[in-house]
Amino acid sequence: MGLKLIPDNTHVPFMNVRMAAFGVSLLGIIASVVAFFVIGLNFGIDFRGGSVIEVGPAPGESFTIENLTQVRNATGELGLGSVDAQEIGAIGGGEDGIVVTIELQTSTEDFAQRCLDNAPQGIAGDEAEVANQIATACVKGVLIEELGSDIEERRIDVVGPTVSGELVQAGTRAVIIAVALMLIYIWLRFKWQFSVGAIVALVHDVILTIGMFSITQLDFDLSIIAALLTIVGYSMNDTVVVYDRVRENLRKFKKKPLTEVLDLSINDTLSRTIITSGTTLLALIALFVFGGAVLRGFTAAMIWGILIGTYSSIFIASPILQLTGVDRDWSKAES
Amino acid sequence: MLQFNRWQTTFMLLIVLAGAYFTVPNFFAQDETPPGFMETRITLGLDLQGGSYLLLEVDTQKVLDDRLNNLLGDIRSELRGGAAAGGDRITFSGPNREGDTIIVDIRDEAQVDEALDRLRRLSTPLGGPLGGGFGRNLSVERDGASITLELTQEAREFYASAAVEDSMEVVRRRIDALGTREPMIMKQGDNRLVVQVPGDNDSEALKDVINRTGQLSFHMVDPTVSLADAQNGLLPPRRIMLPTEDDPSPFLVLEETPVITGDMVQTASAGPDQDSAGSFQINFSFDSRGARRFAETTRQNVGERFAIVLDDRIISAPNIISPIIGGSGRITGNFSAQESNDLAVLIRSGALPAPLQTIEQRTVGAGLGADSVKAGAEALILGFILVVIYMGVYYGRFGIYADIALIANVLMIAGALSLLGSTLTLPGIAGIVLTIGMAVDANVLIFERIREEVAAGKKAVQAVEAGYSKALSAIIDANITTFIAAAVMFYLGSGPVRGFSVTLAIGVVTSVFSAYFLTRLMAGRHVLANRNKQLSL
Repeated sequence: MGLKLIPDNTHVPFMNVRMAAFGVSLLGIIASVVAFFVIGLNFGIDFRGGSVIEVGPAPGESFTIENLTQVRNATGELGLGSVDAQEIGAIGGGEDGIVVTIELQTSTEDFAQRCLDNAPQGIAGDEAEVANQIATACVKGVLIEELGSDIEERRIDVVGPTVSGELVQAGTRAVIIAVALMLIYIWLRFKWQFSVGAIVALVHDVILTIGMFSITQLDFDLSIIAALLTIVGYSMNDTVVVYDRVRENLRKFKKKPLTEVLDLSINDTLSRTIITSGTTLLALIALFVFGGAVLRGFTAAMIWGILIGTYSSIFIASPILQLTGVDRDWSKAES
Repeated sequence: MLQFNRWQTTFMLLIVLAGAYFTVPNFFAQDETPPGFMETRITLGLDLQGGSYLLLEVDTQKVLDDRLNNLLGDIRSELRGGAAAGGDRITFSGPNREGDTIIVDIRDEAQVDEALDRLRRLSTPLGGPLGGGFGRNLSVERDGASITLELTQEAREFYASAAVEDSMEVVRRRIDALGTREPMIMKQGDNRLVVQVPGDNDSEALKDVINRTGQLSFHMVDPTVSLADAQNGLLPPRRIMLPTEDDPSPFLVLEETPVITGDMVQTASAGPDQDSAGSFQINFSFDSRGARRFAETTRQNVGERFAIVLDDRIISAPNIISPIIGGSGRITGNFSAQESNDLAVLIRSGALPAPLQTIEQRTVGAGLGADSVKAGAEALILGFILVVIYMGVYYGRFGIYADIALIANVLMIAGALSLLGSTLTLPGIAGIVLTIGMAVDANVLIFERIREEVAAGKKAVQAVEAGYSKALSAIIDANITTFIAAAVMFYLGSGPVRGFSVTLAIGVVTSVFSAYFLTRLMAGRHVLANRNKQLSL
């Protein structure tokens, strides 16, 4: 005999709190939109362009606070605009490192002479693309000068203006196409009212996730788009399970008021909704704790998205059906 | 419906075994694959094994510009009735280039037909003398007394695509010369190249070698023009001023037309400088045409200087002491071993047909890659254990069935990735971890449904049967939505996002199979054998 955390016959009157839930969601959406326009997303170099260099200390050594100051001072004098140096991991502790982010360059006009002198030869092409390459090579040279030549070169990412522009487009397009395809799928499988409910829930999830990223200022990069799409898939998945039950109950209880049918369906699927979110969250928490710094933003987005997605399928997607109303005669629609 | 016949059962077990079979080689080194196994392996992405990814853009417009500029010269000589044309001189104004078209105005009305005939000769079939089916490279149209020449659409595409293919070849030769292992060079879109070089290598050196045009030419130095004049822009016609690398004078004035071009150089290699210890030189030899020209030039110009120019910089400007007739020579100039080697590679691999620029670079050190593998593996194992325990505790015997299905699921994902030879990236690992969390969803749906049916008073067998059949539509709907998301990511995503979408999509398919069919096999056997007992769920 297994465990039962959620009793068999729950009768939580979800529909009674729908107005409160709409209110809470509306506040969340307003807050997200305001945060997005006032604070804005902290775009990573995938979307903003520029470069990131991460170095680790020489084997057996570790970086000190002085090292970081040294790097900040030296990179600040290169005429490369905003250059941000951060330590990762514990300085003086285990896997520490220094991450330098260089903003997107448009020309080499203001570059310090030492950058121009040591510029790699024979770089051809667009001025901005070339400037980015030179700036990256220059900062790398400065890091080696300041920290010694046996530092570990962990990561160098350079994204020029052409590619970053394309990634913004591709990312936006991907989210919109995914949402549109979901809409079409639901419309084909159910009825248009369900489509409306599912889409409102999806857009709700996406907006709140973007809001979360605006407020926390976590790096918003390409992997977050992947997370957003997965959240869209997951939230849809959750919503579909509830809708599937709504459809079944609508057929079974032809005379029951819609509100009751909706409440019943949510309660029927409640234990599944919670348990699946639970197992997914378990896996994600493992990823968050052990998956390393590279995946942290992605996992944070996913964890948030699962919570929001679960909430929205119960409190948003289903109550919307109440607002739009559902055709009660399913006899000819489905076999 | 809980019973599967023997064939169905065997088939299901075979699929799982196939997953295991294709996974096994991953645990052995390339040449130590146990007998009986195929070379099916998951390739680690650059983010996991370390390496450099470069996205390069070929400036195809430059190639078309070069073509059009050459055409201007050809048009002039055709109309003037040069040796090749062998006719009367036609008077004309122009030719003028406007964007991608060239317009020539013929002065004498009576000569327009003749001019049109001659200019039509400039239009050649694409793809060389044997090239068929590509059409011609130029459209030549008459409008009154003016003639318009334009590269055809086919020609543009042909030249651009040829430039990309040639660039790819040159890049491949250069990277091979660096001695890195298993580089991958692919065309992407119309004018881009993706270069992936695994391993811990110096990304700057890599870019240095790839991005340089490598245009080599030999010019005579013109000592009659004073440097001061030249710097003030007082250059005689057909003279150019270029910077020097290792010369007392920072600039030299050269004849614009090269005596010999880089394509006549056959071999080039680095070696120690014969005259100055500790420094290196580049030895090269010409093909027969180049050897003849070099011999002739050096014979006529003893005592003068010539300049060796690489990408608009003079790398060496030696005096001609005596005629060089052997067809080989050397370039000296205080080079380090690395420099001389890089230069030799550049010269040997030939010039890029058009400038290449790096528009995206991702380099990961092998150390960070190894850290990521470790982190990914830890997360995978921990996530797996947590879910397995959770399901076992929550659903008892049925939870164990779900756990067995989960193990089979992971085997099948690994097997599918190995069979496809997919590249596993860190986001790809995240996709697998996420799949583990979501894979049990189908089981949760089924088991919860069975609990409901039992609560509604059904007997064990009927309850299990109803659970599986009624949960099916929700399972399918739910998985299709996840699959749609993965498909969109695959089509619109790049690199790491793709890796994630591939594992997610494979995970959706395998998890439906394992969570629905495998558990049904196990649950079915159990309830049929214990039809009268209370269901332990």
